[in-house]
Amino acid sequence: MSLLEIDGLTIRYADSPAPAVSDLNIVIERGEAIGIVGESGSGKTQTAMAIMGLLPANADVSGSIRFDGTELRGATPTVLNRYRACRIAMVFQDPRTALNPYVRIGKQLRRVLLEHRMCGRAEADVRTLDMLQKVGLPDPERQFRAFPHELSGGMRQRAMIGAALIGEPDLLVADEPTTALDVTVQAQILRLISELHTETNSALLLITHDLGVVAGNCERVVVMDKGCMVEEGLTREVFNEPVSARTEALLSSAPRIDSEVMSKPIDTDADPVLEIEDIAVSFRERRSSWGERLHAVKPISLSLGECETVAVVGESGSGKTSLARAVLGLLPADAGRVSFLGRALPSHVGARRNKVRRNLQMVFQDPLASLNPAMSVREIVAEPLRIHESGMKKEERNKSVDTMLTRVGMEAELAGRYPHELSGGQAQRVAIARSLILQPKVLICDEAVAALDGTVQHEILKLLLTEQANSGLSLVFITHDLAVVRQISHRVLVMYMGRLCEIAENETLFRRPRHPYTKALLSSVPVIDPEASAVDAPLAGEAASALSPPTGCPFHPRCPHAIAVCNEEIPELTQCNSTLVACHRAADLDLSY
Amino acid sequence: MSAFSALRPVARYIRASRMVAICVLFLLLVALVALAGPLLSPNDYISTDFDNRFGAPTMQGMQFFGTDEFGRDLFSRTLLGIQVTLFVAVIASIVSLGIGVIYGATAGFIGGKVDAVMMRAVDALYALPFVFLVILLMVAFERNFLLIFVAIGAINWLDMARIVRGQTISLKHREFVDAARLIGVSTPGIIWRHITPNLFGVVVVYMTLTIPQAILVESFLSFLGLGVQEPQTSLGALVNSGITHMGRAPWLLIIPASVLAFILFCFNFLGDGLRDVVDPKNKT
Repeated sequence: MSLLEIDGLTIRYADSPAPAVSDLNIVIERGEAIGIVGESGSGKTQTAMAIMGLLPANADVSGSIRFDGTELRGATPTVLNRYRACRIAMVFQDPRTALNPYVRIGKQLRRVLLEHRMCGRAEADVRTLDMLQKVGLPDPERQFRAFPHELSGGMRQRAMIGAALIGEPDLLVADEPTTALDVTVQAQILRLISELHTETNSALLLITHDLGVVAGNCERVVVMDKGCMVEEGLTREVFNEPVSARTEALLSSAPRIDSEVMSKPIDTDADPVLEIEDIAVSFRERRSSWGERLHAVKPISLSLGECETVAVVGESGSGKTSLARAVLGLLPADAGRVSFLGRALPSHVGARRNKVRRNLQMVFQDPLASLNPAMSVREIVAEPLRIHESGMKKEERNKSVDTMLTRVGMEAELAGRYPHELSGGQAQRVAIARSLILQPKVLICDEAVAALDGTVQHEILKLLLTEQANSGLSLVFITHDLAVVRQISHRVLVMYMGRLCEIAENETLFRRPRHPYTKALLSSVPVIDPEASAVDAPLAGEAASALSPPTGCPFHPRCPHAIAVCNEEIPELTQCNSTLVACHRAADLDLSY
Repeated sequence: MSAFSALRPVARYIRASRMVAICVLFLLLVALVALAGPLLSPNDYISTDFDNRFGAPTMQGMQFFGTDEFGRDLFSRTLLGIQVTLFVAVIASIVSLGIGVIYGATAGFIGGKVDAVMMRAVDALYALPFVFLVILLMVAFERNFLLIFVAIGAINWLDMARIVRGQTISLKHREFVDAARLIGVSTPGIIWRHITPNLFGVVVVYMTLTIPQAILVESFLSFLGLGVQEPQTSLGALVNSGITHMGRAPWLLIIPASVLAFILFCFNFLGDGLRDVVDPKNKT
């Protein structure tokens, strides 16, 4: 008897014609690691929720879910509770919302044991501390008493995994356990999950959209699309010789760090379009009454040439977005200067002239948040024209909106829709259409593709590059995804805690990183290759708080190559062959691949 | 386009929820009967008939609801009561809407010290005991129909101002406002085209919830004898006099009270329904 047998599982909702999951068959053996991959809306999470019995009441479920021989579909909460946590446990996607903010971490873990009467209170405390230690939380005694908000995202996800594993389940369901995390933390968590999986011999069901995550961690993989299983098999076989066209499409569109470079070579001698000199941004720390300031961006300079794509990478909190907003005049900069075509710009967007404004545009991270929910697609895309081309007649305007929408790959019928009626990909296309309709010279994309599925992401990137080829657009691409960087950038700028670590040409950076942080980022990216093992030595720890930055080089507490001087002096940005790097050991370290 | 585009989401909400549609229909029906009824009925609300005091409801002479202690036709009086009550509710809501939205949006959009001062003023007004305030007003200015509107509006706008302020603050930091700034939309343009239409849904919902509140306050004041004066009447005043004769002619209490309850239910359901539709979680 297998551990879990899903047989003909179908999930329907009354308000949608197509089933969320249709006729799904999956068998999980004891101690096995299996991955479910698919794009959003493919029914992955619905399947996980069905196993846990957490589907909303209006879901119509048929088929069977047998766990260790017992039917779980339609079982009463009392029966399900006998299985939840002690036989089947789940790790949720977002550690920020899955932990109860009012209950101390230790109590949340201990509760699992007490609720199921697995042991007495004293023993529960001991086992909880053990578990916190096991999931790699530093100083478990202190974390036991900590509230969730006192922990960083990565730490919280560790605590979540602890809570899931403390009941020693036979099956661990992990639904996108690392999607909300930075790439270096993702590597740590994945390593932790697969270590614990081997150690405790529990089965693992890993649900993700990231093929790289599955490649390194699962023996078997199920590919889902629109609620149906399109392929199933050993990870190696599926990845090397996909049978279904859908799997092939997923594999080929997934951004990979070893993929081909899509950007065209450019002329580097031309005058820069946009120059940034020593821009610095800080915020007043709200909790501090002493007027302490949080330095989000330390002085940074950069120049951007015509047709050039500069990628800005770094973990969350590294100051990428603050930099972009300061350049565009949405955030007041403490110091520094932004000049466009050789002329200095006022620091606030409201004070800039229309001629300049139309040339500096931005695409925001969350496509839905950046579109006014009360305006139709047509109104949104037409708004820039109404302001900058006030002489234009209504028909002309509508015509150019239609042309623009076609150019970004949207059907003209969608022009009458409202943002909430659009999918994420469509909404981002609308946002791009709005920012491109004035034919700007510079477009800043802040994580513009992070929220999108692989295939959609690929299309949007292609679209941006086409625009670049057609109109000489310069792009600043802010992202945490190195695979995207590899595909589209000419130059890459690596930031850590508001400082520049490294600036290098695309090719140079990926072949021969000079800064240990760059190297760590590169090696944390999961590779879509089942032969390549999981990340061997993920970077330990997480970035320190920007309020109390470490002395010396901000990266030195996590740096495997740190020496005494790193603790004392902040490294200057120096030239090292063709790379600009801020590291004391840049000259003597060889980090190349 | 703006005035109409602002109404568009509301039309969408009404279409989206059956409960909302039914409530709107009922309320329109009640208002229509209240307005057209007196034209059709042979009785008026003012003539007394001492031979027919406490008459039971009858089809004869169209005295559907019977007569009161002065022999006045209760049907006509109830219709008048509905008119007055709805009128009070709508005027009070408009007063609270006008002051509350402008006050709240200003405080929210300007922010900083201005916001702090404006909102502390609201807090101070909250602290005043309402009934005491109304009695003082009545004593100072004689009994006056208009005074009721002022009194009710004056308390309702406080809630509205808080709600609108909160909403404005959250909208102000949304990315679409930044996107509008980048495009070059002026500040008035941002407020008019980007903030206001998005406030609209919440304000409409909140208004449907303040209307029953205003109705209740008016009924309460009339019940205390501080509200509408004879021979004018409101549903609250009718209930009040109905209570006096509860033992002898229960319909004098039951009928106006049921009508009042029905109207309150409609508004409350309407508010709940609209809130469900406006809630982004219910949007797909």
